Order: sequence, then structure tokens, then C-alpha cells
Amino acid sequence: MQHHHILRVVTKFNLPLILLFGLYVQFHGDFGPGGGFQAGVIIGAAFILYTLVFGLESAARVAPPDVLRYLSLSGVLIYGGTGVLNLLLGADFLDYGSLVPSHPSHGQHYGILAVEFGVGLTVASTMVLIFFALGGRGRADEDAEDGDATS
Amino acid sequence: MVAVAIIRLHDLFSVVMLFGIYSLVSAALLVALDAPDVAFTEAVVGAGISTVLMLATLALTERHERRPAHRPWLPLGVVIVTGAFLVYGTLDIPPFGAPDNPIHQHVVPRYLQDSGTEIGIPNVVTSVLASYRGYDTLGETTVIFTAGMSVLVLLGSARRLRRKRKGD
Repeated sequence: MQHHHILRVVTKFNLPLILLFGLYVQFHGDFGPGGGFQAGVIIGAAFILYTLVFGLESAARVAPPDVLRYLSLSGVLIYGGTGVLNLLLGADFLDYGSLVPSHPSHGQHYGILAVEFGVGLTVASTMVLIFFALGGRGRADEDAEDGDATS
Repeated sequence: MVAVAIIRLHDLFSVVMLFGIYSLVSAALLVALDAPDVAFTEAVVGAGISTVLMLATLALTERHERRPAHRPWLPLGVVIVTGAFLVYGTLDIPPFGAPDNPIHQHVVPRYLQDSGTEIGIPNVVTSVLASYRGYDTLGETTVIFTAGMSVLVLLGSARRLRRKRKGD
């Protein structure tokens, strides 16, 4: 893909738009269609597009797989942690109203935002990780074949 | 029609493309049913990500399906019998979209009428998904996380990539 200038330029032009749309879907899910799951997939797709055009090596520099694993875990922890926070505040698990006791619906709003953020984080990083796993496997096999050929 | 084409074709690349089209058609159907949230998910996940993932898998395997060694008649019979039972089961469900259906009587009126004051956000789907049914969504997130970790354990790319970088 090194010589496809049009592809590279169009991808560079599109990537911020895709990421922006992903963020819009993430944080506007309360008012329109969308939410953490869809936004996570969109953001993951942006990274996958980057990987397809610019190669696995540069994509792994942008989003190192080690960091992605921790992000994927922290998404679940944010979700569960919100629930535990509700428990500590004296309410039921995942009863977000306790976050702002004077105004339960505001608490619900914040809780939903936090939870959706956790979902989006997990989904996005897991999608990219799975794609890296599939793509990296083909790459490793090729390298192994190359190594055999040279030796 | 798309599904029949998927079954008939042996070129897996075309099959993957047709899967994408199938998902897009389903998404359009869901939009027509006034379910933009589900349609969004179907378009993004079905037509987008899973197509890319299946293409990546194809790159690792072969492009053409092998001829099956056995006859398809027994599985076909099982599928037809199961399908007939399922269709028989649908004969008893109430008519589509009727307001007195059980699903519209149970918790839905509360969701639709009270979520505006209880949760305070306009999109009822989001309030049901993230608040009323928060446990289910937590489970879904955990499932996705577990799936990703299983793929990593099975394919183990991160370690290989790191080792390769060290080698460089």
C-alpha cells in the first residue's frame, strides 16, 4: 500500500471525520440513535482502516496492543466500577440516581454517560485487538516463510 | 434471495461480500420498522466490522470452499423440520404491532411514560439499555471483552508482534 497515494490521502482526510462521528455517536447517544457499542465499533473501524492503508507496524505504534489490552479491561472496570460506586453511595448496584442524590435524573444521566464510555472503550479496543490478532498472524506466517526461504 | 446466493456460491470472497449486503438490507428493514438504534448496530457491526474480520480471516485461509464430502440431505431434512416447527410456533403469537400485545402491556408503558422524568434523557432506547437493563449491558460488555481475550489467547499476536519488534 506504500504507493497508493490517492488511497493514503483520502484515508488521511477521512480518518478525523470518522473519529469525530464516532465521538458524536458516543456522547450523543442520549438524544439520538447510537451509544457506546456503535461508537466503539465506528472508532475501531477507523483504526482498522488506518491499519489496512498504512500497515500493521505504524498502526501498532499509534495503538500499541499492550495499551489496547489495558483499555479493553478498563472499559469493563469503568462499567463495573460505576455500579460499585453506587453500592458505596448506599444504593443498588448500577442505580445511577445515587450519584447526584439531590437530583436523581442528573445522576442517571452521568451514570449512563460513564457506562456508555466504558462500553465504547471496551468495544473499540477489542475490535482493533481482534483485527491485529488476525492480521498479525498472517504477517508472522509470511515472515516465517521468508525466514525459511533465506535460511 | 441473497441468502440463497450465499448458500449456492463456493467463492468465499463473494460470500463475504454478500453477507455485507445481507446485513445492509437487514439494516434498511430495521429502519423501515422505526428501530434506528438496532439498524445502526446492524449496519456498523454486520456490514462493517464482521465483513472486514471475515476478509482478514480469508486472507489467512483459502479463497474457495472445498467440496463437501457428504450428502446434504440429512441436514436439510433437520433444518426443514425445525423451520416447520418454528413457523408453527409463530401461528400462535399475537398479530404484529397490535397495541394489546403482551409485550406492550408489561414494562413498556412505564419505560415510555416515566423514563423522561426518572432518567431524564430523551432516547428511551438508551435509558432502557444503560439504566433499566444495566445488568444485561454489563454482561454484554464482559462478553465482548472475553471474546477479545479469547482471540488473543488463541492467536497470540501481541506477543509475536513485540518479539518481532525486539528482533528489529
